[in-house]
Amino acid sequence: MRTRLLTVLLALITAILVIPGPAATADEQGGESLHGRILHPENRDQGVEGIVITVHDGEDEVGAATTDSDGMWEVGLPGPGTYRVVVDQESVPSEFVLREGIIVDGETEVEVEANDQRPLIVALMSPGQAESEEESASPSEEETEDTPAAGDESIETNVDSGSSFGERVIQLTASGLLFGLVIAVSAIGLSLIFGTTKLINFAHGDLVTFGAMIALLFSTGAAGMGNSLLALFAGLGGAVLIGGFLENRLSRTVLLVAQGVSILLGIVLATVLGVLGDAVGWSVPLWLAAVVAVVMGAVLGGSMERYIWRPLRHRNVAMIQMFIVSIGLALVLRHVVLVLFGAGRERYAGFQLQEMVRIGPVEMPPRDLVVMVVAIVVLVGVACLLQFTRIGKAMRAVSDNRDLAESSGIDVDRVTLYVWGLGGGLAALGGVLYGLNQVVEYEMGFRLLLMMFAAVILGGLGTAYGAMVGGLAVGLVAMLSTLWFPSQLMQAWALALMILMLLIRPQGLLGRRERVG
Amino acid sequence: MDILSILAESTRSAIGPIAAIYALAAIGLNFHFGYTGLLNFGQVGFMLVGAYGVGVSVAVLGLPLLVGFGVGLLCALVMALLLGIPTLRLRADYLAITTIAAAEVLRLVYRAGFAEPLTGGVYGLQNLASDFRSINPFDGGERYGFGALSYSGNNLWVLVVTWTLVLLMVGVSWLLMHSPWGRVIKGIREDEDAVRSLGKNVFAYKMQALVLGGMAGALSGCMLAVYQAAIQPDQFKPQVTFFLWVILLLGGAGRVFGPVLGAMVFWFLMNFTEGLLQGLGSIGLLPFLETTDYGAIQLAFVGLLLVLLIVFRPQGLIGDRKEMLINVK
Repeated sequence: MRTRLLTVLLALITAILVIPGPAATADEQGGESLHGRILHPENRDQGVEGIVITVHDGEDEVGAATTDSDGMWEVGLPGPGTYRVVVDQESVPSEFVLREGIIVDGETEVEVEANDQRPLIVALMSPGQAESEEESASPSEEETEDTPAAGDESIETNVDSGSSFGERVIQLTASGLLFGLVIAVSAIGLSLIFGTTKLINFAHGDLVTFGAMIALLFSTGAAGMGNSLLALFAGLGGAVLIGGFLENRLSRTVLLVAQGVSILLGIVLATVLGVLGDAVGWSVPLWLAAVVAVVMGAVLGGSMERYIWRPLRHRNVAMIQMFIVSIGLALVLRHVVLVLFGAGRERYAGFQLQEMVRIGPVEMPPRDLVVMVVAIVVLVGVACLLQFTRIGKAMRAVSDNRDLAESSGIDVDRVTLYVWGLGGGLAALGGVLYGLNQVVEYEMGFRLLLMMFAAVILGGLGTAYGAMVGGLAVGLVAMLSTLWFPSQLMQAWALALMILMLLIRPQGLLGRRERVG
Repeated sequence: MDILSILAESTRSAIGPIAAIYALAAIGLNFHFGYTGLLNFGQVGFMLVGAYGVGVSVAVLGLPLLVGFGVGLLCALVMALLLGIPTLRLRADYLAITTIAAAEVLRLVYRAGFAEPLTGGVYGLQNLASDFRSINPFDGGERYGFGALSYSGNNLWVLVVTWTLVLLMVGVSWLLMHSPWGRVIKGIREDEDAVRSLGKNVFAYKMQALVLGGMAGALSGCMLAVYQAAIQPDQFKPQVTFFLWVILLLGGAGRVFGPVLGAMVFWFLMNFTEGLLQGLGSIGLLPFLETTDYGAIQLAFVGLLLVLLIVFRPQGLIGDRKEMLINVK
């Protein structure tokens, strides 16, 4: 061990001494410069040509540049220091104006370090674009640094500000209900998982993203990747089912072999389908894609429980450690989704431009109506499942008191598996519904996770009905807060509600009073 | 692909200013999790208020840099109190949920359009470092160092100051942990009820630890603002917190040098994997991936590292396994 360490250290020292500053040579090539790209405000793939940018040191002009056909510009600088950058307003095409941000009246000051090639953001906007549009005109994509495009991060309210106060209250109540239903559908799993295993699943938001992405994939046409994923999940699902149903009927080795074979078959099939690629392309309507997504979400949840959480519980890993594991899993899942599906912001095709339907005083597109109906049906279904079926009663029993349930003969591990399957499926469904209402992108789940946390704490951690009530309350509060406050503060209000609840009633609305500290 | 130059570049970053800044924030997290057992999943929020304390004071209000540092630390104090009062009396998971949510909400508020006069919205704030550079003893344009280990004068100045602060904080945490206060804090991590039954005010001790660690986080945010001379809200995404967790668990939670070692090893690994991926990509060994995916793969790798560490080596490189396994609740 010690000699190995020494070898590594020696290798490092040689590396440092032998290499004559690779980084130094790399960034000294151009000396100091300022550069950037000016993009067309409506079409972000296009640059704007012919804008003149001059750089001054005090009163002396040290350089100038004109954007090329892609909107790129670069000005070389004589050395480090503070420069004044002036964008010639005359050269900006008359249909745009400079967006005031860093640049004020076409001027800004920039500090440039030695050997620094600094990007400078210059953004345009249409003169009509009012301040309410500011968020969507955010040009963080223009940064040449590798920050992923993070344009509009707020949640759309779908309400135009022109109407009267009363109309807006009604309209916002409707969209609050919709948002709350989506939160409730996604959060039931989170709450039940906490109830049965005392684990806060920080990866739950990424199950939501997963569902939305899968539905997008299969509704726009699944080629090689979709088929491969399907095969992989079929293999995993088979293994989980074999494990779940035949656990006590087969010997341990047979069981392990059967599960291994199932997973292997899935991987082999996935490879074959991946190699075949687009030859077996197909696509289904969105509702069928949503069903596929729900099933795959359930498989993902179930296999996470079966192959990660159950072994960890049997190793007696402490709860706090488990939270950290779930954070790690969330990171893995989110970025695997990012690699597979990309960072784009997409919407389900064919559901965007719809004529509004008027029901009484409320006006909404048919897709939102469908989302609401589906969410209500699913919530009622889950409530019936929990209230009247054997497995539902068992879930509530385990959630109530794990040890007592176990001693009265309930197979706790199997119930937990079902809970994870149910939670994963519902999260995936929540993702599809959320994606229909908003946009689909790789961080949508994390943003919804914050609202889900607020919902489950509000309703009472561990109770399924609490998640429903809490979800509705959080959705309504978030949406109605935009009546008086900026919409970007929506999540802040949900959080404030949660903190208030923790102060006055830590067990939540429907939680049982017990010592939680 | 030149493996030696990747190694050299990784080493350069392991002792660079970024590693020092993360070490500082991880020391704060060590106060929270390593010693007190508090699950803070929102350390990046403390860094954000620290950085914006400097940013708003210097760039918008035109105050001197030192005042900016003061404002940043004060903001962290207020934030710790706001988070701690409702949650520290409850079970550990409530603090975890509240901090992760608060940090993200703070980022969304700071980047929002209505806050733009003060925070610069999505563009952030610029030109923050002139005060700091005016007292730079090194020549800003020169390069110092030997071989691959060379830094520009400005970076070297940040590097020296930040590592000094790190050492200072390491000293402070050593002294604190060997004081009666430190013994109570560790006692809370091991068994809160036992400490309470000895007549200690557990809530107050936890709050002190939360404030102290949060201020260390804010200090690192201030140094980040000074190092980059510009801040944008989107660099304070939740993954920064998770980097800090990996750093802490890699080095060893509950050890004074754990976060420092962890930060160096972590940034070495990050740059090494990045160099490796780019090297492999440039010779065509990664046919399915585009260069834009490398960042995502790295982050997935960080997540995997977090899982593997906590399952197989919860004590990290220099921690004590018994100590880390004791806080089983």
